[in-house]
Amino acid sequence: MTGLQIDGLGFRYGPRVALEDVSFAVAPGQFCALLGPNGAGKSTLFALLTRLMVSRQGRIRVAGFDLAQAPRAALARIGVVFQQPTLDLDLTVRRNLRYFAGLHGLSGRAAAMAIDAALDRLGMLERAGETVRVLNGGHRRRMEIARALIHAPAVLLLDEPTVGLDAASRRAITAHVHDLAAGGMAVLWATHLVDEIGPADQVVVLHRGRVLAQGTAAAIAAGQPLADAFMAMTAGEDA
Amino acid sequence: MSAYATALAAIVSREAMRFVQQRGRFLAALVRPLVWLVVFAAGFRAALGLSIIPPYQTYITYEVYILPGLCGMIQLFNGMQSSLSLVYDQEMGSMRLLLTSPLPRWWLLFSKLLAGVAVSILQVAVFLGIAALTGITVPPWGYLAVLPALLASGLMLGALGLVLSSTIRQLENFAGVMNFVIFPMFFLSSALYPLWRMAESSPLLRDICALNPFTHAVELIRFALYGQLNLTALAWVVGCGALFMAAALWGYDPARAMQRRRPG
Repeated sequence: MTGLQIDGLGFRYGPRVALEDVSFAVAPGQFCALLGPNGAGKSTLFALLTRLMVSRQGRIRVAGFDLAQAPRAALARIGVVFQQPTLDLDLTVRRNLRYFAGLHGLSGRAAAMAIDAALDRLGMLERAGETVRVLNGGHRRRMEIARALIHAPAVLLLDEPTVGLDAASRRAITAHVHDLAAGGMAVLWATHLVDEIGPADQVVVLHRGRVLAQGTAAAIAAGQPLADAFMAMTAGEDA
Repeated sequence: MSAYATALAAIVSREAMRFVQQRGRFLAALVRPLVWLVVFAAGFRAALGLSIIPPYQTYITYEVYILPGLCGMIQLFNGMQSSLSLVYDQEMGSMRLLLTSPLPRWWLLFSKLLAGVAVSILQVAVFLGIAALTGITVPPWGYLAVLPALLASGLMLGALGLVLSSTIRQLENFAGVMNFVIFPMFFLSSALYPLWRMAESSPLLRDICALNPFTHAVELIRFALYGQLNLTALAWVVGCGALFMAAALWGYDPARAMQRRRPG
């Protein structure tokens, strides 16, 4: 099995259950939206997927590697874009990316080529020499996505990557990442905004730590707008 | 180059570049010990008489006595400051970035530690240079011999900073670190007064100073500056360093760390 596979994942903060029996898979070439209101457990799930935290319940496999048993092989195949920016503002775009390439064992010409290719893919190559501080929010985000691609991961994880961006930047970044999925990558995109999801995208609805529904956006919407279906689903839980 | 060496080089060069960018931090790191050396020592020279104690072979002025202690102070502040930057990094998320690298966590943390030590040695070198310009010098070979001592003491103090950063979750707590870690460690050590002087006023205080790892870091640096190896101090510094590093790794264990706090 390639792509991302999650089976029976559970996690609790002390007595409070954050995730319960979460299972779903993202195949290569799929754009999967992890849709959930704030506090649904999306960030906890991302912390587990990136091994910032470890759970004893359930299993995560990345490109066939078990995250608990072969963490290094699994992490090497994950690209992450965190919700909060993780850039050194006073360093140039290229410096930032070179630091990341180094963390993944890439240096010299190999790193330079991978960095150029990733920047080019996101249309950011001409900005490589600028310091991050002068870039606008949309460009910073694009740069973080480029960074996540340097080591050619099989799975790309994005935690609410469009937070704080204007409409045009949001659209551009959403389109870019859809292209990446079309190119064969398994993409998991956490969001609470339904307008970032296309009808053919996979959707996993997460609410209060549990998976409420999964399938294509069209199937989950079932004829009505996806936003209404999502609201009905999560509101129904509250009642 | 192996992936390990590549990651180490990347982490050290990032730290160095960030340091160069933050000129204010560099200046503060220099001004602090220089103020002590020039102002404080001048005032105390009259009040404190120092007899000949190893490694010194003649009577020395107070400035000469506190020079190693101020080198230690630079490293102490630097160690705590890189722990502050770790707390800051955790909040900004770049610690997350570091920890998602596919290398063992102990290596990543050790690299981070080494990067901080490299910066602190740079600061000490500039400080010793300025001190030499004002006429406070040590034997020429001492400037070389002190390097391994600075490496050992820097690693020990940096590891202590790592332990603190794994437990401190908020930036404001750095004020607490200042009050409860830096000041007691600095004042209850042999940095400003020799232990026998301390014993004259209070044997209990002397014993506390003798148990303070920072005292041993300072003595290691002091002897090294005169081309001598203080084995007791070295054993303390290495032992405490290993202990702190083990505690830091425990603190950053993913099965344990960050569990009490919800991720952002």
